[in-house]
Amino acid sequence: MTAGTSAPPGAPAGSVGVVAPRDQHFEAPLPLASGAQLAGYDLRYETYGSLNAARSNAVLICHALNASHHVAGTYADQPRSAGWWDNMVGPGKPIDTRRFFVIGVNNPGSCFGSTGPKSTDPQTGRPYGASFPVVTVEDWVNAQARLCDVLGIERLAAVVGGSLGGMQALSWAIQYPQRIGHCVAIATTPKLSAQNIAFNDVARTAIQSDPDFHGGDYYAHGVIPRRGLSVARMIGHITYLSGDDMTERFGRSLRTDDYAFGYGAEFEVESYLRYQGDKFSEYFDANTYLLITRALDYFDPARAVDGDLVRALAPAAARFLLVSFATDWRFAPARTREIVAALIANGRDVSYAEIDAPHGHDAFLLDDARYHNLVAAYFDRIAGRLAAPGGAGEPR
Amino acid sequence: MLRQDLVQIASWIDPEARILDLGCGDGALLAHLRDSHRCTGYGIEIDDSSVLACVRADVNVVQADLESGLRMFADAMFDTVVLSQTLQAMHHVEAVLREMVRVGRRGIVSFPNFGHWSHAVALLGGRMPVTPDIPYQWYDTPNIHLCTPKDFELLAARLGLRITDRALLARSRPVTWLENLRATVAIYRFEKL
Repeated sequence: MTAGTSAPPGAPAGSVGVVAPRDQHFEAPLPLASGAQLAGYDLRYETYGSLNAARSNAVLICHALNASHHVAGTYADQPRSAGWWDNMVGPGKPIDTRRFFVIGVNNPGSCFGSTGPKSTDPQTGRPYGASFPVVTVEDWVNAQARLCDVLGIERLAAVVGGSLGGMQALSWAIQYPQRIGHCVAIATTPKLSAQNIAFNDVARTAIQSDPDFHGGDYYAHGVIPRRGLSVARMIGHITYLSGDDMTERFGRSLRTDDYAFGYGAEFEVESYLRYQGDKFSEYFDANTYLLITRALDYFDPARAVDGDLVRALAPAAARFLLVSFATDWRFAPARTREIVAALIANGRDVSYAEIDAPHGHDAFLLDDARYHNLVAAYFDRIAGRLAAPGGAGEPR
Repeated sequence: MLRQDLVQIASWIDPEARILDLGCGDGALLAHLRDSHRCTGYGIEIDDSSVLACVRADVNVVQADLESGLRMFADAMFDTVVLSQTLQAMHHVEAVLREMVRVGRRGIVSFPNFGHWSHAVALLGGRMPVTPDIPYQWYDTPNIHLCTPKDFELLAARLGLRITDRALLARSRPVTWLENLRATVAIYRFEKL
């Protein structure tokens, strides 16, 4: 995949066009925060644009709970397969692939090609299932850093992510301060609240209570805990939307002429959520849902330093852009402001925007001119720095 | 070109100072101080398009409401805290002035002089003044706390602020006689007593 001056021939304007994932095998085990390690593993990734001669224009995109390495573009002969952040990444898009070499990587423990619970454990020849080790945001960042090593990228111009992806971007700034020029963390939080963890636990409990879960080793039984996973997704989905947004989209609309005095999906919102849950349970792995929600719960970089976020962020040397959305009650703007305050206390360069968008947590994935113009302006500055004499994204 | 009150403000700021600019607009002052004084710092701004302009100007900006946004800053984090042409629009003037000298060692404010003679003329004619410095109709103005230089000095004394510098400008020039009547803009630098 090479950079052009516009969309590749045949691709819609602003699209990186047809893309294909690649797999990278790592023989050396990945040491994990738990003390366990992940034996030889694979990471699936995609790249868009071209790495420049100085190898300084790479941008890593970190995915959230249910997304993957497939950030932008489409797969051959699958016109509806646009990447999850296709409105953000592409030629002429806020993260412009004519200027940046963009990397999307599927995290270990996920279920889209990188080694995860449904992969075969080389020790046993059977799927890992319940035995797949719990991985953390920090573990993912270490895995991503190894991929950068393989790609010959010593220093990333930027690491970008929303939600759980924003946590990875923050963690990059802490774990590898010299390897990241800019950290762009969107709709994220320095740690989950009790309420956030509670929602995750309900979701996990739904999965674990499904008779088809079999303690996590459902692969051997040829079943998947479809209902539990579907309920987990329904719960999660509610937290991604704002109350007003749900009212706007569904209100109390019925799918029937009148109440049926039963328990089927009579309200539009019920039908929508059940559909979303069912669709999700078709393609997502239940063990991965457990694992990733746990990684969310555990993320708390201040925990090791007496809960002091200022100290936790002290090692960071990157410049920061943080964005939150006014109606996001899952990771509310106040949580991002905690990060901003801690960065300012450390004297770091940081800009923060609070976008007054109506769509709750999901807003980070949606089109909003204020949001996209801001990210575009920020990446324009990054490109300017790279182009400046002596500039290779040096922090200052 | 930098607005004249900002030129005056910049002249009171030491090289390499850490600056907080409240209501920083498009970031012009911070960009100027960065380029000419090697200053670092942050702007606080509520308006979306101004926040975008700051990012374009490579100025650190935090989108927040000034009335509550200063809570995120620790004591004495900044050398100078600037509030230019915004004091008159604040709901809680006293609280903002106190916060300025909490998070910074020094404060600088600029505001339109409501005591300008032309305002008196308008009032004598029975109308609220509308001038280039206060260009709003009474029913549609953000300016809820207009004051004169003397008013500000009295408040500063009451809040325990020592005024170290004062500039009264009209048409971008210092005013030296009948300044309370002739100045259109007042600029003060102060610190906690």
